Amino acid sequence: MASYRTPLSRARGLGSAKHGVGHWIGERVGAVALIPLTIWAVYAVMRLAALDYYGAVEWISTPLNMTLMVLTLAISFWHMHSGLRVVVEDYIHKTLTKTGLLLLNLFVCGLAGALAVFSVLKVALGGA
Amino acid sequence: MAEASRVVRERPTSPHTTIWRWHLTMATSILHRFTGIALYGGALIAAAWAISLAGGPDTYETYKAVMGSILGKAVLFALTLAAFYHLGNGVRHLTWDLGFGLDVKSANASGVGVIAFAVAATLAVWVIAGMTGAL
Repeated sequence: MASYRTPLSRARGLGSAKHGVGHWIGERVGAVALIPLTIWAVYAVMRLAALDYYGAVEWISTPLNMTLMVLTLAISFWHMHSGLRVVVEDYIHKTLTKTGLLLLNLFVCGLAGALAVFSVLKVALGGA
Repeated sequence: MAEASRVVRERPTSPHTTIWRWHLTMATSILHRFTGIALYGGALIAAAWAISLAGGPDTYETYKAVMGSILGKAVLFALTLAAFYHLGNGVRHLTWDLGFGLDVKSANASGVGVIAFAVAATLAVWVIAGMTGAL
């Protein structure tokens, strides 16, 4: 029996991710944002390494440092979730293992990212 | 059923490390993924920083003691190298995505450039860190 499906319809969903271009663009938008943020983060680590607890609290409490730190953490976790997802989709082919690792990647990034962001906000806003 | 009798051919999987001679563009591609996975650990260390800061002075001093130890500094040095490599090679990938520098000669040259940038930037950062009392 002849198939009436179009070539595009047959090609859709064949990639390892089963979907299209949105993920690819999202990964790159995060990457572009992380270019300046990574350079700032290196500077931030050098500043923080020279400060004790009270100095660090004072430093993170300025609006600029707090905002850049939250953005760096949030976009980093977003970007690394995208990246590791591709690695898993490329190399793990057993459905159950692949699904498990994709869920683990999402949950680890979601939990660690949320903990990091809310910790920064608590210190910066709460005067801890 | 037709489904059962169909011969399933093994599809080729990338990277073909057993077939190809090692070359620079292949190494830089693998290093990009490798450093990305290493930075996954780095992001968890950054999350631990935020959590320990929210935990109060004692927790934070423990965190600083761990990261300030020889092992902690070695990890941070490796993460600095990984971060600058992934940053430089990420820009290289974004340039490719825009359609530039895709020929072999340019790709090899940018690969050398990215490795040189990563090493130079890492050494510069650690020298500056030493001079500003961050170590």
